[in-house]
This record gives sequence, C-alpha cells and structure tokens, in this order.
Amino acid sequence: MINLIINDQKVSVQAGTTVLAAAKKLKINIPTLCNHDDLCVAGNCRVCIVEQKGARTLIASCATPATEGMEIHTNTLKVRNARKHIVELLLSEHRSDCTKCYKNQNCELQSLANEFAFGDHIFLDLVEDKKYSIDRSSPSFIKDDSKCIRCQRCVRTCSELQYISAIAVANKGAHQKISSFHDRPMSHVVCTNCGQCVNRCPTGALVEKTYIDQVWDAIYDPDKHVVVQTAPAVRVALGEDLGYDPGERVTGKMVNALKQLGFNSVLDTDFSADLTIMEEGTELLVRLKKALVDGDTKVSLPMFTSCSPGWIKFIEHKYPEFLPNLSTCKSPQQMFGALAKTYYAKKRNIDPSKIVSVSIMPCTAKKFEADRPEMRASGYKDVDYVLTTRELAVMIKQAGLDFRNLEEAIYDSIMGESTGAAVIFGATGGVMEAALRTAYEIVTGREVPFGNLNITPVRGMDGVKEASIKIEGCVEAWSFLEGAELKIAIAHGLVNANKIMKLVKEGNAPYHFIEIMACPGGCIGGGGQPIPTNMQIRKNRMKAIYSEDENMVLRKSHLNPEVVAIYKEFLDKPNSHKSHELLHTHYVERDNF
Amino acid sequence: MENTGLNKVDLIFEKIDNKEVLAKAFKMTKEEIIKEVLDSGLKGRGGAGFPTGMKWKFTSEEKSPEKYIVCNADEGEPGTFKDREILDRVSNKVHGGMAIAGKAIGAKKGVVYLRGEYRYMLPKLMIELTSFHKMIKEIGYDFNIEYRMGSGAYICGEESALFESIEGKRGEPRNKPPYPTVSGLFEKPTSINNVETLVTAMMIVKHGAKNFIQYGTKDSRGSKVFSVSGDTPTPGIFELELGMTVLQFVDEFGDGDTKAVQVGGASGFCVPRKKFAETIIGFEGVPTGGSMKLFNSSRSMYNVLHNYLDFFTEESCGQCTPCRVGCQQLLKGVEKVKKGEAKSTYLNELMKLADSMKIAAKCGLGQSVGNAFKSIVGNFKEEIIY
Repeated sequence: MINLIINDQKVSVQAGTTVLAAAKKLKINIPTLCNHDDLCVAGNCRVCIVEQKGARTLIASCATPATEGMEIHTNTLKVRNARKHIVELLLSEHRSDCTKCYKNQNCELQSLANEFAFGDHIFLDLVEDKKYSIDRSSPSFIKDDSKCIRCQRCVRTCSELQYISAIAVANKGAHQKISSFHDRPMSHVVCTNCGQCVNRCPTGALVEKTYIDQVWDAIYDPDKHVVVQTAPAVRVALGEDLGYDPGERVTGKMVNALKQLGFNSVLDTDFSADLTIMEEGTELLVRLKKALVDGDTKVSLPMFTSCSPGWIKFIEHKYPEFLPNLSTCKSPQQMFGALAKTYYAKKRNIDPSKIVSVSIMPCTAKKFEADRPEMRASGYKDVDYVLTTRELAVMIKQAGLDFRNLEEAIYDSIMGESTGAAVIFGATGGVMEAALRTAYEIVTGREVPFGNLNITPVRGMDGVKEASIKIEGCVEAWSFLEGAELKIAIAHGLVNANKIMKLVKEGNAPYHFIEIMACPGGCIGGGGQPIPTNMQIRKNRMKAIYSEDENMVLRKSHLNPEVVAIYKEFLDKPNSHKSHELLHTHYVERDNF
Repeated sequence: MENTGLNKVDLIFEKIDNKEVLAKAFKMTKEEIIKEVLDSGLKGRGGAGFPTGMKWKFTSEEKSPEKYIVCNADEGEPGTFKDREILDRVSNKVHGGMAIAGKAIGAKKGVVYLRGEYRYMLPKLMIELTSFHKMIKEIGYDFNIEYRMGSGAYICGEESALFESIEGKRGEPRNKPPYPTVSGLFEKPTSINNVETLVTAMMIVKHGAKNFIQYGTKDSRGSKVFSVSGDTPTPGIFELELGMTVLQFVDEFGDGDTKAVQVGGASGFCVPRKKFAETIIGFEGVPTGGSMKLFNSSRSMYNVLHNYLDFFTEESCGQCTPCRVGCQQLLKGVEKVKKGEAKSTYLNELMKLADSMKIAAKCGLGQSVGNAFKSIVGNFKEEIIY
C-alpha cells in the first residue's frame, strides 16, 4: 500500500493508483475533462492539475501515480488560477452557442465553465479565426469541429474500444484537429457509425443526427399512420435521461409516454427479435445439417449474428471475405419495419404508403442501417426514422409529460408481444442465449439444461466469451446432431470482435455460431444510450435486462403467440420464400480505407 | 576555432584516437564509467541540464534485458546549430559516446534521431557509422547504432515525443512518470542524451573528471559549444568555458550596439543590456543548449517576440490545452495590443497566462514558452505596446 496526504487527509492506496483515484477515495472531487473511465489515460486537457509539495510544476492528477509520502493539495490558489486559465482557454477555441446546442445542460465543458469561468471571458475569441467545419455527411451523427476541445476521448474510443480509428489527431499546434482519413467526410471513411464516440464526447462536437422534428411532423400529419417500435435496451436506460438511476426499468411508463406523444401504434422490437431467433436459429440448423449430413464443404461456418449494424459495417470493411458467414437475417429493427408495411398494413387494413415506421433504438448505427438501399424489399422503406434513446427522452420532455407519474401501459397489438428471450437481445450474449433456448428445444424436445433457463456462461462483461453445449437425445428430425458439441463464442466491442475475427481468419476458431455486438456490453451500451456511460452504468442496465427477462411469463422465442401466428397466417415457416424476401438481406464489400 | 578573448576550450572537436579511448572505456566497469561522469558534474547539453551521470545511473539500475541509448540529434531550437557541426566533424565521437553510454547503462542498441532537415548529412554519416561498427567489432565489443530521421517537428526533440516518433506514432510527449530511464523507447529503460553530451562524456572518460572540473563553475562544470548568431560580426560555432557573464560574451561577440541577447533560443531567456553584467550564462543564471542570438538597436523586440510566438503556435504538438491554446492567445494578444485593439494592461493578463503555462503544460515546450514571453515583455514592454 502507498500512503499519501491529500488536502491534509491521509489515504492509503494500492500501488499504481492515480492521485485522482486516491482523491476520489477521500471523496475529494477533482474536476476532469479528457479523463474517462473506459479509456486509457491521456493527461492532455490539464483540468485535473493539482499541486504536489516540492514539485516544480503542477501535476495532472489523472496521469500521475500516487507515490509514498506524496503531499497533494487540490484547491490552492495556484491550482485554481491555472485551472481557470485552462477552462478559459478551452472556451476561447470553442463555439459557445450553448442555447442552441444539442448538448446544452449535458455538457462537461459547460459545467466546468459554470464553476470556473463565469462572467466576462479573459481571453480573445479564437473561433472566428479557425474556419471550423461541420460534417453532416453521416446519417448517424454530426461532427462539429467548432465544439471540439481536443480531449481525444473520441480518438481513444475509436481505437481502443472499437479498433477502427475512423478519427485521429491531425496537424499540430493551432491547426491541430480531430480528423478523418485524408479529412474525408465521415460517410466516406471506415466508420461503423457505432456512436461510441458520441457517448464519450464531453461537448457537442459529436452528437447523433436527430430526426425528432420529422417524427413530430409525421405524428401530426392526419394522413399518416405512425407506428413505433422500441428496442429491448431502451427500456432499461431511458430512465437515466428522465431523472432515474441507471438500471431502472421503465417499460410501462415508456409505452404510455409513446402513446401520449401520439404514435398510432406502440409496438415492440421484441416481437421481431423473437422472429429473428426463429429465422436465424433455423438458418444455423440448416447450415449445420448441410455441413454435417450432406457433407457440403462450401457451407460458411461459423455463422455470425447480424443484429448489430455497427458490426455489419465493421465486417464489410475489415473482413469482407467472411460476409458469407453472416446470417442473412435482417436485424430485428429491419424485420419489424418490413412487416409493418406488409403484414401489419394488411392486418390493420392500412395503405402501406401511409405508414410511417419509427424505431427507438439504443443505437446510432441503426440510422445508417435504416438508410441502406437493401432495406426496402416491400417496395417501401422498412424503417423511416430511427431515434435514439436520448432523442425519445427529448420528445418526452418537449411534450411536457410528467414521466415519473405516468401510469404503466402495455404494448399495442399486433407485433407488440414479447418474450424474455427477446428482451435479453439488449445485452451481450443475449442473442446467443435466446437462440439456444429455442434451438436446443427444437432439436431435443427439451429445455436447455440450465437452471431457470438462465444460460449463465454466455452472460457477463468479459470481452470474449465462449461456451459449448453437448446435444443429446435428439428428436427424430435432428438425429444427425446426436452427440454433437455445439461450440459458440460471443464478443462485444469491436476490439473484441476483431480478436475473434483474427482467430477465424487464422483458422483457429472452432466455433459453429458467434454472436457479435459492436458496442461494449451489447445494445445496453449502445451509441444512442443516455450519456454518460461507464462500466458500472452498463452493468446496472444489464442487470435490469435480465430481471426484465425473469419477470416475463414467456421466455422462449418460439412461444411468442404473435410469432406463431405470423408463420401461420403470413410467412408459412422460418426461412420460407416469403421470409427470405422480407426478412433476409445481403451485404456489400466495402473499402478498408 | 576562432580565437576569442574568452576562455577557449578544445574538447569537443579535439582530435583523438577513438579506438584507444573506446578500448579504455570498454575495459572500465559500468560503475567506473558512471562514477567518472558523475564526478565531472556534466549536465545535459541539450538545454534542460539534467545530470548525465544520474541519468546513466538510473538507467543502469533498471533490470531489463533490453535497454536503449538514444542520441537526440533533433536539433530544432531556433538559433542552435552546434550538433550539426559536431556530427559533421566528429561523428565518430558521437557514436563512441553512445557506445560508452551503452556500456554504462547496459544497452546493446543505440538510435540516433536525426533532425529531418539534416537528411543531407545521412550518406556521409552512414559511411562513418559503417567504419565505426567495424572498429568496435575489432575491439571485440557488441554495440549497434541505427539512424532514424525526424520529419521537421520541433516537438520531436522532446524526449518522449521523440520515442513516439521512432516508434512510428504521432510525435506527442508522454505523461511522466514514468521517466525514460524506467520506460523509454519501446517502453524499455532508455538513456536519451544530446549529441554534445555524448561527445563530452567520451572526453571525460578520456581525460578524467578531474580535468573536466577545472573548467566552469560549481553549477556549470566544463565547457560547451555555443551557436552564435544575430547581430554579430563573428557568427559561428565556439567552444567556451562555462561561467562567463553575458557582458563578457557581448564584449567578445557584440557589434558595439547589442541591446539584448536571447540565450537558449525561443524557449530561452531574453537578457537586456542592463542585466548583461549580472547574468551568468549557465545553470546558475540563464542556461542554454547553445543558442546565443544577439540583437542590436535596429531590431524591434516586438518582431522578435512575435516571431517566437508564431513559432510556438505552429510547433506546439497541440495535445495539451495550456500550450495549444495558450500560444495562440499570447500571439493574438500581443498583436491586438500592438494594434491598439486591446489595452496595454491586457499584457498583465497575458503575463499571468504565461505563468500558468509554465506550471500547467504537459511538457517542456509548453512550460518554456513563458520564458521568452515574460523576459521580452518584462524588459521591453514599451516596444511591445508602441
């Protein structure tokens, strides 16, 4: 243990602990900006400077390990003056149009300014000299350099968590900026639109592209029938933007709120998540049969899940030779969209051209996915507008709803029915668990051999998880799988996806089925979720997801009555001709630069 | 070597038998080498002045199968051109100094990081390096040096940015600690020394620490090479004993009308005429990596300052706030004051900013911008305002 003194209080910490963390232990708050729990230390904003007795300069507390006998003062005049200067300097490069900024009141620079730089600014405004540009080219997010304070959180996120480096530091001195490859528009570089940078940007430099106004227009257009679907991960995070602690489930209140906002039908992506299990599970079993029984050597195994649009774009850019290994299933969002304008339209007797399909997603990449040209097989765009969890919170606030006191409501029908299997799609390992619950039962006629259906080996925050299940006692139709060991792997965060893909490429991945989610923790940590994010917040959301599952009556996708019904009435059977037409897709190879 | 009235020394460029000195050094233990350098009181000649013996001692004490000795030849400080001359005339002594340092710290590999603008020297240096490698092989010693080129960024002369650059990354200073002696190039214990430091160390091994401490003062032992430029009839490279006052220097090199001397380049200090007599050139007064720039009364100190600030505004790596934005503010601020668009009292705010930069910036670059700013504005306020 290392003993040091901070503000005259003694504290003992493990070797390697930073001064910042040691201060936190004493409940002494040191302001930070470039520091983020999910990322490596940068030490570049200098906001967290403190005074160390005997040191020539102030030290960055986030970047300095505590040493024996250290004496630290966090709030001396010297520290305060320098910190004020630093905040003032940041403000002088930053376009402070707070009142019209999307991040107003959720901006770390604004909070610091409030504390250290209120009143007249000391320094000259440099913004006009800078010729800043705003990049609106991505359908998912906006990059506004005039709001950027060069903390490089986004750069670290993109390289450390996502293994992409779509953005990096360019130029030096006054010209230093966060730039893309050759300064190309973000729509034309290797970017997965995952939005993890958006989640970690302390200012309004990186924000999602909002479609709130378009959605309001649709809601108030009497000629339109607006359906909305909500992804599983939204219900365990939305509360954070409306005054709840991380990990509160607000499903019923959210459904009521959506009804109050004026959506004509409030439906659940869970429905199409269950459908995905039917389609994807069948696809996997068919591939396995081809490989094991028919001896077809051209079958692409392992099969990868295809729910995460960030992951899809990643593999399209980085490992296009493995596109045949992707499940051809559209994501639940897109399946839902395609059915909204066909099955739903037919059942409700509505002209599909009058239907506006909106989805509430924990994701920014979904905005890109909805715009993909492949996603209009019905003759209409599957999903017209994608809003993030954050945007929904904004709409709820705009409508003046007293969210906390709303009654709980239930989803409309049709396409509003859900199972626990669908809910857990929101956490890493969830798709795998849902698929196993159904596939194992189809093949053996029995429930998965895990207590209370909880397949714990696939759960949790480990970056790469693997498991295997021995298949025994098969029913007649699947007897060829008797004694087989199904090997599976799960990765979340693209840096972990890349680890698995390297193994696959080297031929060292003995798996049959691999679930990959682009974001840390899966969709609960998606780029459209409330800000801030950190491991604890994601864990709380994950816990909420699993408790939502446990509280469901139905917990297996194939038992979803609406799923049973749609196969009977409309789709015939999983992987039918109609399914392929509406619910499956194809992928495109993209440049890796 | 020009003849000067100051105490002229001939150490760096002294003709020696390299092989003989190296053979002697390789027979010494690492402790003996380090003791000799410690006893000499040699401080780094790049400008920061860290005791060389201490640096070697710390690095030698690290337990690592792999260590590096890096020669900092990214001579970028405005007004410094002595390393170029040393490499041009006595590169063998640079390589020899690296081998001796390698022996002292336990490194088998050396890297010279050569300033991008010195690329033209590379063919000649490669020939000399080949014969150097041959020579130490003959002595029976295993040590290998390679050259890496800079690309013109001033910040890459900062030791940890230099490592980043060698490693193929963007040249940005790292957080310290850990210091290079613990985790330097490729995260291995590294001693990084200036070109001149390495040659001086070799000469200390040859002549002994006792001989070296005859020269200089208690805080600034020995001699060093100065790059003299500006308003002087005799610009060039001069090796002089440390400890002289600026007045003595100006008497020798001035043109009779010297109003200020910038000691230590853009990151150094401006000494005005009224302080010539009391200011010692050395670590007890104004330290310098060698740059000595004389200004006569025809020069506008506003232009001098503007030039330096312009330089820093371009050459800051841009990662830390005090340096990236501070430099821009200082530059724009003095421009506004000069034009009368800001009150002259705004200079007081800028002086405070310079103080903050000195204690809050991440590396030596940002921390030293305030030196030039404060010494020029402090001494020549009227030239900045009017």
